[in-house]
Amino acid sequence: MPKAKVTFEDIGVTVTVPAGTRLIEVSERVGAGITYGCREGECGTCLTRVVSGQDNLARPSVLEDQVLKDSFAPRHHRLACQAQCLGGEIVVRPA
Amino acid sequence: MAVADGVHWIGALDPTLRTFDIVLRTANGTSYNAYAVRGSHGVAVVDTVKESFSGEFFRRLEAVADYDEITAIVLNHLEPDHSGALPELLRRAPRAHVYLSVKAPLMFKALLKPTDAVPKGFTLVNTGDRVDLGGRHLRFLHTPFLHWPDTQCTYLEEEGLLFSCDVFGCHFCDARLFNDRVGDFRFSFEYYYAHIMRPFREHVAKALDLIEPLDLATIAPAHGPILRHAPRDYVRRYRELSGRRLINEAAGERTLLVFYLSAYGSTRRMAEAVAAGAEEVPGVRVSLYDLEGGEAAPFVDLVEEADGLAFGSPTINGDAAKPVWDLLSSLSAVNVQRKLGAAFGSYGWSGEAVDLIEHRLRGLKFRVPFEGLRAKLTPTEAELSGCRELGQRLARHLVTPDALLAEAA
Repeated sequence: MPKAKVTFEDIGVTVTVPAGTRLIEVSERVGAGITYGCREGECGTCLTRVVSGQDNLARPSVLEDQVLKDSFAPRHHRLACQAQCLGGEIVVRPA
Repeated sequence: MAVADGVHWIGALDPTLRTFDIVLRTANGTSYNAYAVRGSHGVAVVDTVKESFSGEFFRRLEAVADYDEITAIVLNHLEPDHSGALPELLRRAPRAHVYLSVKAPLMFKALLKPTDAVPKGFTLVNTGDRVDLGGRHLRFLHTPFLHWPDTQCTYLEEEGLLFSCDVFGCHFCDARLFNDRVGDFRFSFEYYYAHIMRPFREHVAKALDLIEPLDLATIAPAHGPILRHAPRDYVRRYRELSGRRLINEAAGERTLLVFYLSAYGSTRRMAEAVAAGAEEVPGVRVSLYDLEGGEAAPFVDLVEEADGLAFGSPTINGDAAKPVWDLLSSLSAVNVQRKLGAAFGSYGWSGEAVDLIEHRLRGLKFRVPFEGLRAKLTPTEAELSGCRELGQRLARHLVTPDALLAEAA
């Protein structure tokens, strides 16, 4: 199964996860500082800055794009509850 | 009413309120606290009031500042009891720039949507960001989930004054305003924490990490008395309350609670088998409770501290029995997200209870990775063996390190 390597900059932890894993699932398990609310892409609470490896995440859905826009999210920001790791290396930190 | 040099309370009193936000009772009404801070460049308004109290708020504001002097509006939290007068304030104070939390824009948009109010501009702020009012500086502390994602506190550096929003607040109305003057509000303070902050205790602990190092002369919350006498006592109390409520005798172990109800002993036997199976796995402390024998409230305390929960109920007229729902509808007071959950039960004609409980657990954001078990009427040895296996799987899941679970996902 393809794997991705995710680094949480705020706590300096890197973990390997299966492709398809959502950022919030990993963040929660390793105790990174990404807060979340609904986990359903609605509330925008889990806004996360993707420091590098943006292309190693599945592209945002139309709904995620709308929430990002309404939240005035800068470039390279994603909702951790929606963004799925595809492979390669990804570095993130709380927005 | 002056709170500190150049700082005035401009809030409103609501002494006749008896139920706040449908769920919270109050014997003393409440207050909606808002504040005006004067600097040499302008005036900042920190929070507003519930819309129906706008008149009182604007009268107090007008007594200490002209609308043209207002250069900043700080919104620590956008719930309507604090933002109700905002649209009108934006119309009256056209120079005001709005400062709100990085988590607030979606709610800000929804709040202003039905109105024609447009801020001159707004800035999303995070911990450490500051606003200079001229000789006075407001510094922001991002304190999400105390009790909304957007909640923040604002610290007036020169006065050691923390505008703490709902944090350290309570529903207690007393025109004497200050904690060294008002009546005894200890119960209201504790009750407010238990109902508003308790589900977010991990976030409370993180917020206290930001608040404790501050030089604190006064805490000015958005409800209830202003804490100018011994403000640090209230910070300490929050630290205590955000800790564990029960002494943890299973320290170092994972805990699984098995709750059940049983009319003829069948679901009880299933529960005992689930518990016995889980007991076989080292490192898991298992507890078995008959829901018929207790009130929901103390069980809620147990649930808060548990790692995994299994619920057994017979099916009565196509539904789970009421005591299960009594407990499962009482869990909004604590954080249960990502706890491990499972359901089982015996039934006579149809067996909807297990499925309904699983739906509820998923709705509460439990993880429910294992399919629930149903036994028609009296469980067979094979069915009880399935229950033991469910207990073992739950227990093994609890003691498996998260990293391995991620690998297996």
